Amino acid sequence: MKNIFAVAGVVIKELYRRKDFYVLFIITVVICGVMASINIFNDAHIVRYLKAISLLLIWISSLVIAITTTARQIPAERENRTLLPLLAKPLTRVELVLGKFLGCWLACGLTLVCFYVFFGLLAVSREHHWSAGGYFEAILLHWFLLGIITAMALLGSLVFAAPSSNSTICFVVVIGIMFAGRHLDQVAVTLSEPVRILVNALYYCLPHLEFYDVRDLVIHNWPPVAFQYVGLALLYAVFYMAVFLIGACLVFRRKPVN
Amino acid sequence: MNNSTILRTEKLRVEYRSREMRQATKVALRGLDLEVAAGEVFGFLGPNGAGKTTTMNVLLGFVPPTSGAASLFGIDVRQPIARQRIGYLPELTYYYKFLTAEELLRFYAKIFGLSRAVTDQRIAALLKLVELEAAAKRPIRSYSKGMQQRVGLAQALINNPDLLILDEPTSGLDPLGRMKVREIIQRLKNEGKTVFFSSHELGEVESVCDRVAIIHEGELKALGRVADITGTHANLEKAFLDIIGFKS
Repeated sequence: MKNIFAVAGVVIKELYRRKDFYVLFIITVVICGVMASINIFNDAHIVRYLKAISLLLIWISSLVIAITTTARQIPAERENRTLLPLLAKPLTRVELVLGKFLGCWLACGLTLVCFYVFFGLLAVSREHHWSAGGYFEAILLHWFLLGIITAMALLGSLVFAAPSSNSTICFVVVIGIMFAGRHLDQVAVTLSEPVRILVNALYYCLPHLEFYDVRDLVIHNWPPVAFQYVGLALLYAVFYMAVFLIGACLVFRRKPVN
Repeated sequence: MNNSTILRTEKLRVEYRSREMRQATKVALRGLDLEVAAGEVFGFLGPNGAGKTTTMNVLLGFVPPTSGAASLFGIDVRQPIARQRIGYLPELTYYYKFLTAEELLRFYAKIFGLSRAVTDQRIAALLKLVELEAAAKRPIRSYSKGMQQRVGLAQALINNPDLLILDEPTSGLDPLGRMKVREIIQRLKNEGKTVFFSSHELGEVESVCDRVAIIHEGELKALGRVADITGTHANLEKAFLDIIGFKS
């Protein structure tokens, strides 16, 4: 375990010493700050639109950080030849993969905290109240969503040759699942066999990322979801993280390092 | 196996399968038998493409052998624990540019499971040894090639290894840098450490090595003490060229 945490620590150091996070954070802050200063039509409920757009920007930024940070981890180690002195230590490839995942996932968590603290301050400044339970659930579910995406991107980084192609594929897959994946069962009904079976199988095999989108909870200040459902969603996420990580470990075991 | 044998390969064979249909399998090592005893400075020589780096890659667990066996301290090289007591300096390598030398050494020390007190002590001693004390807190991206090589040497020594595997340790260094590496190797030898290194600088090999092996096209061509290998030749370089079959 110490090796996994050691590798994770280096990943987190890399994130806050690179410019990616700061650029995205500043862009999000500027855009949201400008919007928050505007009071269109003197509508007291305009804050909901502000929250919706801010959360969308946070989701996009966190997705970019999660995928781009993870997609370059192991390919960059190979390209920069930092992998050789690392694997010459008593560190297994499984520990390296898990350490990279943990580092990327924790880094995502830190960025989410920063984004949501900013978002919370912005919302409170306009609404003068906030739901701690709703915010907590939103951050937790968002973080576990990013855990699934991080594990998927890590597997992709070992399967696809270039980080850029892996990033593109991950973005397309995630957006595809979020917008279209949830409707595959309805699409399957309109199809004939055997395509219907394939589409249904795809529907049940794909991770349902839409479960983790609880932005409406925060935007409309709805009461939090019962925690047993949140718990089930977290277990569902852990299952898919495990599937992708096991795949990554199996692929990496056979990869040449030089 | 002799109890003092630190490094051993037995009929080690490595083949690389070509992805191209018409190209044959490339044999990088053909049944290599080597033994390195504790406390030796062992030179591993050969022309480019002879199989030196492949041998090191097998010893370090990067590449599985096609057949045969390799062990370090009696432990199969495929076990991560075999690398607990070794230090490795690759030929061409770079380190995490966003880390400082001190952070890099601390990271590697954690992987070896060194306590904080021991880590602090080792880092201070190593930075002094490789003369990087003044640059210890600067990011590695700001280092020159020579400084990066010295960081490499420091990270190879962080766990006070009993066996040091160096792949062309003086590559890219100026004469002063090469002299410092030779001094470090000699110092390690005086401390009873075992050093296994490959080099094209045969003059250096002659001055520091106890025994050498010469490999060519994946086969061991010569193995023995430097003086025995040199034999009647004027120097090791001429003996080397003769052994690999070079005719001017």
